[in-house]
Amino acid sequence: MMLFKPVFLWTDMLLWLLLAGVAFYVWRVRLHEHLREPWRRLLRSRSGVASAVVLLAFVAVGVLDSLHFRLPLEKQGNGAETHYSPEVLSVFDLMVGPLRKQVEKTYSAPFASQLYTKETIELPGGKQVRDYPRLKFGGAHLREPAREQAGDVAVTALQGGVYALALCGGLTFMLALWLARRRSISPGAAWTMIRHGRDEIPWRTFLSTVGLLALFVCLATAFSAKYHIFGTDKVGQDVFYLALKSIRTGLMIGTLTTLVMLPFALLLGIMAGYFRGWVDDVIQYTYTTLSSIPGVLLIAAAVLILQVYMDSNQELFDTVAARADIRLLFLCVILGITSWTGLCRLLRGETLKVREMEFIQAATAFGVGHFRIIARHILPNVMHIVLISIVLDFSALVLAEAVLSYVGVGVDPSMQSWGNMINGARLEMAREPMVWWSLLAAFVFMFVLVLSANLFSDRVRDAFDPRVR
Amino acid sequence: MINYIIRRILYAIPILIGVNLLTFALFFVVNTPDNMARIHLGVKHVTPEAIMKWKHERGYDKPLMWNSAAQGAKQASDTIFFEKSVGMFAFDFGRSDEGRDIAHDIKTRMWPSLAIALPVFMVGLAVNITFAMLMAFFRATYIDLSGVVLCVAMMSVSGLFYIIGGQYLVSKLLHLTPISGFDAGSNALKFIILPVVIGVIGGIGSGARWYRTIFLEETSRDYVRTARAKGLSELSVLFGHVLKNAMIPILTGAVVVIPLLFMGSLISESFFGIPGLGSYTIDAINAQDFAVVRAMVFLGSVLYIVGLILTDISYTLVDPRIRLE
Repeated sequence: MMLFKPVFLWTDMLLWLLLAGVAFYVWRVRLHEHLREPWRRLLRSRSGVASAVVLLAFVAVGVLDSLHFRLPLEKQGNGAETHYSPEVLSVFDLMVGPLRKQVEKTYSAPFASQLYTKETIELPGGKQVRDYPRLKFGGAHLREPAREQAGDVAVTALQGGVYALALCGGLTFMLALWLARRRSISPGAAWTMIRHGRDEIPWRTFLSTVGLLALFVCLATAFSAKYHIFGTDKVGQDVFYLALKSIRTGLMIGTLTTLVMLPFALLLGIMAGYFRGWVDDVIQYTYTTLSSIPGVLLIAAAVLILQVYMDSNQELFDTVAARADIRLLFLCVILGITSWTGLCRLLRGETLKVREMEFIQAATAFGVGHFRIIARHILPNVMHIVLISIVLDFSALVLAEAVLSYVGVGVDPSMQSWGNMINGARLEMAREPMVWWSLLAAFVFMFVLVLSANLFSDRVRDAFDPRVR
Repeated sequence: MINYIIRRILYAIPILIGVNLLTFALFFVVNTPDNMARIHLGVKHVTPEAIMKWKHERGYDKPLMWNSAAQGAKQASDTIFFEKSVGMFAFDFGRSDEGRDIAHDIKTRMWPSLAIALPVFMVGLAVNITFAMLMAFFRATYIDLSGVVLCVAMMSVSGLFYIIGGQYLVSKLLHLTPISGFDAGSNALKFIILPVVIGVIGGIGSGARWYRTIFLEETSRDYVRTARAKGLSELSVLFGHVLKNAMIPILTGAVVVIPLLFMGSLISESFFGIPGLGSYTIDAINAQDFAVVRAMVFLGSVLYIVGLILTDISYTLVDPRIRLE
């Protein structure tokens, strides 16, 4: 019997493929000085470092949430075949165990110890009163929440703060040691260098961003064991957990879309610019036609059709997660089809310019084949456009997910995503008294991710665009 | 000029044919009329007779492209393709799956859409250019820097939050305007103000930043240095020279969206309950009314291509160097 049964979702595998690609790119960048230079320039800017740290934190959550498996159910009798739970979990789910399992009955406000709605409670004497019942998990350790809570929150915050401080101290120490080794100076000198910001990389910004992150993580860990930080939703699930799970959906939409469209855009854009003539005409016609269809409508049409297909072929998907996953993947493909035209046009224009340069003419004169010229001479010279547009598109795609889910053509309703959270919040806003916390959670998470992606993409453009230099 | 416009219009025809074929393939080949009927009648417990009846009522029971059972010209015309897709070139959109006349719906619903989208566009353009000019005037100072930071922060907020926040603040807390709805004539004003204001605010982040880049690119040109060298004040350089020259890149982005204003905005119309084309499309998507979605896809493409042609024409109006031949 196995401890668990791995589940390979399509989007997971594509994400790992993408990570492998990134690893390959990093390996190449380390080898070549001219590739390393723009990244160095990026790391010298303070907003570049800060946004990169925040993005990495989001990516870490997304990657941990992309290792899926199913746990076995209780065995029934000896020798019986092991059955696995239909619920698909991820490594991230295990790490935040209490968050996932502490499910209340219905809405409860952030840091509340009572439900948000009144219920009839039976008192020990047999009498019945209508009151706000205590939560099963949130603040359950308190005897008299009204009196004890403020003190308990302060103590827990202090605890979290101390952990964060210890974490940061350890990290700073390790950074100083590492820097001392690298620059072959004494650790004391390295520490002075960090403190006065004398190194080319803004370590102070790095440390303060990491410090803020560590503080957030420590506080969140300390509090989420006892309270619901962002309250609970209609079916009592922890909103903080839902917002964390949504990170994966947002990252998938933002990255896989580009991964899907990249081969088309690269191949067709370079072909159009390189071969010109009728090839160019056909490719230009294709992307003009596709780009003249309003994007949202094309996506809506395609997703409607996918729904019809999935409804008539339900036997293809064995778990709810697999079904939602296919829809996510398809959404990425459709978003890719509607968004590759912009990159394709840029690549065509750049290739038209590059192919007239002397080194291409020299290669042609030496009798180098078309394929080799494209792969060895043109591709490396247009890669900066690809990189800039990948990073620029990311934040737009994360925002698009919310809008599409609102329109009803986004990710599967069973999948946690910020768009679905906002969509659900529309009805909660109309309630009296209002339920505002899931909207707040979605807002905070989306804002931080998109803001850091926007800042990062600005720095990437500054570092890679030859016109800006 | 006239020759050029005619040629551009002729050039648009193959693109429209492409759009038409693509939508036809999406809606009738990938997704067969049988599937559509099942979606509408319910996936389970549906008899073949009911499906046939549903298809017959909407004319979906004909052959797709070629009717070999018919005679003469009817072989090509008595098909789904001819009746549902070719007619769109004459703006004959047929009937929705619910049986309503789509062309009539579009005619009545485009005015509310325009009532929101046009003010958002005009006011938004003015506001964005003003902010961008301010930032360009104070470039490389803390005013410029904080302006850019504010723009990036505003860009990072999803449009949905502007609408939800605005509705909550203005309508629910302050009771200044109704939360949603629409009315005819001058009564519409109180319903229009909030969506317009929110639309403008939501667009400032990306708009002002984009125009700022354009202005800064222009201010690094030689003619700006010449203008400064002959002693013009920074203000008259900005308004007299930079703004005029920046009109070309501004027009590229702005004119192309003008025809699309008729289509309205999907999100804000559905939030504010405005009976325009945007909410029409959303309703059609939610009701899975394929005929309406197909019509809107085609209409959107036509308007986009009209916008491209208008952009080219507007170049000649602002840039005397460009002659369209």
